Amino acid sequence: MSDTTDTGPVLAADGTPLKKSLSRALRMQKVRALMLIAPLLIFVLVTFIAPIVDMLFRSVENQIVSETLPRTTAALEEWDPDTGELPSDEVFEAAYYDIFIAAERKLHTRLGTRLNYEQTGVSSLFRKSGRGLDDIGEVYQDQFEDLNENWDEARPWAELMSDPDWIAAREAWDEDGAAPMPTYRLQSGISDVLPRTAEAYRIFAEFTQREDEDSPLEEEPWSMVHTALFQDLTEQDVSGYTGPQAAMLQGAAGAVGEFETISFRDGFVEIDEDWLDPEVWQTIQTYSPNYTTGYFLNAVDMQKTPDGPALRDEDERIYGLLFQRTMFMSLVITFSCILLAYPVAYLLSTLPMRKANLLMILVLLPFWTSLLVRTSAWKVMLQQQGVINDVLVWLGLVADESRLVMINNQFGTIVAMTHILLPFMILPMYSVMSTIPPSYVRAAKSLGASNWTAFWRVYFPQSVPGIGAGSILVFILAIGYYITPEIVGGTTGTFISNRIAYHISSSLNWGLAAALGTLLLVVVLGLYWAYDRIVGIDNVKLGG
Amino acid sequence: MNTTKKLLACTALTVAAGAAFAAGHGNMADSMTLVSWGGAYQNSQQKAYVEPYLAMNEGVSATWDESSAEAVAKLRAMNEAGNVTWDLVDVVASDAIRLCDEGLAMEIDHDEMLAPAPDGTDASDDFGDLIVSDCFIPQIVYSTTFGYRTDMVPEGVDAPSQICDVFDLETYPGKRALERRPINNMEWALLCDGVAKDEVYDVLETDEGQDRALAKLDTIKDEVIWWSAGADTPQLLADGEIFMGSTYNGRLFSVIEEQDQPVGMMWDAQVFDLDGWIIPADLPEDRLARVMDFVRFATDTQRLADQAKYISYGPARESSAPLVSTHAELGIEMAPHMPTDPNNAENTFLYNYEFWADYRDDIDAKFQAWLAQ
Repeated sequence: MSDTTDTGPVLAADGTPLKKSLSRALRMQKVRALMLIAPLLIFVLVTFIAPIVDMLFRSVENQIVSETLPRTTAALEEWDPDTGELPSDEVFEAAYYDIFIAAERKLHTRLGTRLNYEQTGVSSLFRKSGRGLDDIGEVYQDQFEDLNENWDEARPWAELMSDPDWIAAREAWDEDGAAPMPTYRLQSGISDVLPRTAEAYRIFAEFTQREDEDSPLEEEPWSMVHTALFQDLTEQDVSGYTGPQAAMLQGAAGAVGEFETISFRDGFVEIDEDWLDPEVWQTIQTYSPNYTTGYFLNAVDMQKTPDGPALRDEDERIYGLLFQRTMFMSLVITFSCILLAYPVAYLLSTLPMRKANLLMILVLLPFWTSLLVRTSAWKVMLQQQGVINDVLVWLGLVADESRLVMINNQFGTIVAMTHILLPFMILPMYSVMSTIPPSYVRAAKSLGASNWTAFWRVYFPQSVPGIGAGSILVFILAIGYYITPEIVGGTTGTFISNRIAYHISSSLNWGLAAALGTLLLVVVLGLYWAYDRIVGIDNVKLGG
Repeated sequence: MNTTKKLLACTALTVAAGAAFAAGHGNMADSMTLVSWGGAYQNSQQKAYVEPYLAMNEGVSATWDESSAEAVAKLRAMNEAGNVTWDLVDVVASDAIRLCDEGLAMEIDHDEMLAPAPDGTDASDDFGDLIVSDCFIPQIVYSTTFGYRTDMVPEGVDAPSQICDVFDLETYPGKRALERRPINNMEWALLCDGVAKDEVYDVLETDEGQDRALAKLDTIKDEVIWWSAGADTPQLLADGEIFMGSTYNGRLFSVIEEQDQPVGMMWDAQVFDLDGWIIPADLPEDRLARVMDFVRFATDTQRLADQAKYISYGPARESSAPLVSTHAELGIEMAPHMPTDPNNAENTFLYNYEFWADYRDDIDAKFQAWLAQ
């Protein structure tokens, strides 16, 4: 480029600098090429990459705790579980409001299921509490009612809490139903007089309008609002309040001193004594961040403890064992495939066309049979009262009482999967072998090589790319195999994928399934990388 | 009139009739997607109430999806994708509870939405305790129990009749088949380890109790084939692979009565469980209206009794029990084959939904680790 800087830019025919013109032309080409592959690219992105990424992302997602219990998780931040003491009353108060609202939104059981993965028993604790928290509020609700029946009516409550303009707007909307529904607004200043009640009522009113599609003017508020009102009246001075329903409010303010009370903590304990277990609170605290490493720790047989990650009890460790077993068995299956496929592929590539075609059909035939049928057929073959055992007993090779156990164990899985994956090894081997000119081996022999030397020194090295391609295919397919180990694997022949499937479809612990899946993906990519370093990926050929 | 004209006239008539029909039936969708288990069970539903319903309602069609085994996972995925294509889903009670917990199933007002018994009893009283969740519409009571090869019983020994015979390898040598999950197996193990029936779950709550159950299972572990599909045990029994194995009582009925295999039934400590419908949450109005109409018909007293003609599961309504008649093809009385028959139900166990909802993940981790050792 030095001469262009010396003499000024070289110009194209239309006078623009050549460099610019060239890059524009190239860019056009690139854009055109991109446009051509765009449909495929977008298709793959939308239907393949995006869902996978989304699914894998679940392995760290944990917003459900802080979204369902926002007040509790905030209040719990200051609590130190190491003291062994229960959290303060503020935490119980926060948990009351959080779980009450979650129960109205029917989210509390979902959270219970989530936390039950970490601590056994939380599921039913939350389910019970969702039902039981009404008991706390009803203590106050009933007393307010006894005082003045209006406390059990929707309208006086609405007038006390709401912006009069909103009431008018809502009434008009109820009449004609036109235009969008007016969004709820609190009465100005009520938040200062009754901060808790205002907040509680606002949540109630918005929920009633949006989710229940009812009018807050016609629905009496939840018992949670009464609880909030009681708390406000014991703390706040409302004598200065002059808005709507002031008399009702001041009447109540004078009486709350005499009210029967129940502390939030006692209310919770009445529902279930497990709320007195600091471990429950600790679990909520540990899992309050929006993202968690919990699932990944779980996937490597570890768990979160107050002192950091620690190994699980020995009788609960399973994933490490399953990962090792999956690797080991996939390797065994790959090698058995190589051993069986090599002679077949060699035969295919050397036979005359007609015979080779017939043989090819035999190789492809299993592809046209359902996977389940093939696997079940192995069951019939291998079981103790099966074909092979019957033949062995008939031949007298095996005693009737000591028939061989060949299924529902590792052996069964290896046999069945080797059979099923064999075509994936034969086909790449065959396509590579068929391109090896027979003249090379003839040349080697004419130069004095023995049959073995000619094969080993001349033929075999040329067929290695086919072995490489077949091995990668078979190994990667084997490592994620699910249905065959499930049917013939018994207890010692199952793979990690069986556990992933269990967590997806049975235990519904999708976070853990995603973590296990991510690990499996990482392991496969790692092996691929290692293969590239050791053998070299350029050495792999699927054909010609 | 030539053919084209005839065809056109016919089409016009059909369309007009269809429109009139639709108008007469309010705003109901004219197709339903029902989800069930496939096999003999789905067939019993098809015969007992889907076909009669379709015959009564011309122009309505029903499609089956055999996905009940993964219903919870699939429904959750559909819900997240915002496109629920199912209208009515057949699930076991524990899954109904989970779906209700997750907000994926609609809550039901049983008295209002379901037909009362012929004598006027409310549906909720007729179903009684079997309504284990607000979202659950019970259909049948089934049980998980043991069957054994009658020709493999050693000479001079009575046929096995007690649950603990499963754990007695000396008297009853041979392979067993158990389900590859802790539920039921842990309870049976504790029962045979000397735990009283009403204390089983108190013991199973503790680590020691879980270890105790696994230790008991350890005594037969080498002789056990673990099944995961309901069809496994019947196949293993029919092939003579195992001496005894647990499975659903309806499967054993078909091995014994329909396929005439030398298999005997062992009802001791059978575990009752329920199966029923749930309606997915937030269905569009027209589809919901159609489903409600169907469910009201399909779960009435006569229809549930009819179902027992095709499969040996007990109808969930108390009022259906006296109406249970004979098998549709074999002609044998069905009542003695029901798990709820007094002779069979001398010693029974009811699946403890709440316990397993809490402990399932924890005990399953232990159980699977134990299995893999």
